Amino acid sequence: MQTTVVTQHSLRMRLPYLMGRTGVYFVLIVGAIIAAFPFVWMVLTSLKSYQETALRVWLPSQLLFSNYPQAWNQAPFARYFFNTTVVATATVAGVVFTSTLAAYAFARMEFFGKRVLFIIFLTTLMIPFEILMIPDFVIITRLGWANTYAALIVPWTASAFQIFLLRQFFATIPKDLYDAAVLDGADHLAFLRLVVIPLSRPALVTVMLFSFLGSWKALVWPLIVTKSETMRTLELGLSSYVQEAGTQTQLLMAAAVFTIAPIIVLYFLGQKQFIEGIATSGLKG
Amino acid sequence: MSLPASADAPSVAISNRAMNAVAAHRRRYLRETLLAYLFLLPAGIIIFTFHLLPVFYAFYISLHRWILVKGGFIGLNNFVRVFKDPAFYQSLQVTVFYVLGTVPLTIILSVIIAYLLFQKIRGLSLFRTIYFLPYIVSSVAAGAVWTWIFNPRFGPVNMILNAIGIASQKWLLEPRGVFELIGRAFGIAVPAWAAGPSQALVAIMVFAIWQVMGFDIVVFLAGLGAIPNELYEAARIDGASGWQLFRRITIPMLSPTTFFVLIISIIGSFQAFNHIYVMTSSAGGSLGGPLGTTSTLTIYMFRQFWDNQNMGYGAALAFVLFAIILTLTILQNQILEKRVHYN
Repeated sequence: MQTTVVTQHSLRMRLPYLMGRTGVYFVLIVGAIIAAFPFVWMVLTSLKSYQETALRVWLPSQLLFSNYPQAWNQAPFARYFFNTTVVATATVAGVVFTSTLAAYAFARMEFFGKRVLFIIFLTTLMIPFEILMIPDFVIITRLGWANTYAALIVPWTASAFQIFLLRQFFATIPKDLYDAAVLDGADHLAFLRLVVIPLSRPALVTVMLFSFLGSWKALVWPLIVTKSETMRTLELGLSSYVQEAGTQTQLLMAAAVFTIAPIIVLYFLGQKQFIEGIATSGLKG
Repeated sequence: MSLPASADAPSVAISNRAMNAVAAHRRRYLRETLLAYLFLLPAGIIIFTFHLLPVFYAFYISLHRWILVKGGFIGLNNFVRVFKDPAFYQSLQVTVFYVLGTVPLTIILSVIIAYLLFQKIRGLSLFRTIYFLPYIVSSVAAGAVWTWIFNPRFGPVNMILNAIGIASQKWLLEPRGVFELIGRAFGIAVPAWAAGPSQALVAIMVFAIWQVMGFDIVVFLAGLGAIPNELYEAARIDGASGWQLFRRITIPMLSPTTFFVLIISIIGSFQAFNHIYVMTSSAGGSLGGPLGTTSTLTIYMFRQFWDNQNMGYGAALAFVLFAIILTLTILQNQILEKRVHYN
């Protein structure tokens, strides 16, 4: 649009425009350098020797890839990865199961008390985690779930937000489709399974990505409900490694790199979903 | 759409067929209600047990002397204590610094970047990927590198400052206010009340802005995409300059998005925890330190609960925090809603 307007003008008129463009790129590139610098610094530091980290040099003199296995072996990172994978996968599975059913009920079914129940569900959206932290901790302890996977997973297997998000999406599926399916002898469960879920794949993927990310990045909850090192999630394990490994910065950075690597890979694979998910719903992961 | 459950239709002069139809409908409605409850059950159990009931339980806890285990009922004493607690007011001040230092700057920078990205530039997806990347990585890993970036002896921030002739700063270990430090550099004595947020808190704010900006940019990009192009074209034909387009069309048309981002950013930064936790609990630091100058309300509440095991007081603090967030949200709705431009 702009370019077609612009090409009609003479070079003299284009000059301010071209200067403006240069300015635009300049600001964007400087911004991108600042955004990317911590990642670059993380990788550069992870390849330095211990001495070099204290020498105020920008680049490592030789690339010490051996920092990676050394960091990996200093703490049970394999176990942390395993725990986080179990917790995140189970949480996502739970969220998808509970939210799909509940969202369908709110979007497509007529039942007694629908409005009241929906409002009650929505009310929980306003409750900050700070309110829940102490009572949930007490409840988990009373249930005898302290220091178990159940404590890490179960409380987060349903979320009013995800239900709301899916409900909005399900509601856009035309009612005619349902009426047609009923004529063909389908009931609600069949309609949900054969029509709604296949049509809602983008929304479901968004829900999965964000609940996975939320579970993967969780820090406070795992911190308070786990006791033993073997139950730590990756985020918590890295956090305690950071507190313990102290001055061995090159190892710390190596550990930081390998803990964020899976998320970055996932981000590149599902980038479109991430960005569209945020753009359409503005949700916080 | 459907008949209400109590379909008390006029019973006079109603045919058998109609009665049957009503009864059939009623049965269907009942069956559908049962099925719907079954569908809601799994989510309902979790949400009720872990997200709804705990609110009431938290209030119950806050009414008791509850240090690790339940003690006697003390009414509203925990709440009274909150308002008499100097540490509460200090953490409130830290929180206000944090909100004021992060929210407006993040929004302004994000709008600018999003607007520039929207100018049909080359490499949009590469830029967007880079800007969004900080948002998706864990705050622990990112916090570790930012702690290292602000390292007083070996960090690149001080290396750059030294290169342009400014002395090394202590950053995360510096409890003195930034305005006091800037004043000192120019030989001006800044009074204590104007000392500003500690340098440690400023370092954390830089980290936090870096991490959340990608989110805001993506939301603003979506908002920009929703502004009808005809508006710009019409204004251009009328000879409007780039700045006038931005000022007179983009800013007002973007205001619903800005309003949305503003509310969630304020709520989010009032609850700030992870950024502070990871930057202050590592080597050489203490949670909320130095000297409590990075101890926000959430950090203070967490320490009451976790370090002192004072659940009663912690729960009371959580409610006060909640009340503050809720009041602010309602106030913003009242004040800003009127000024936000909708189509």
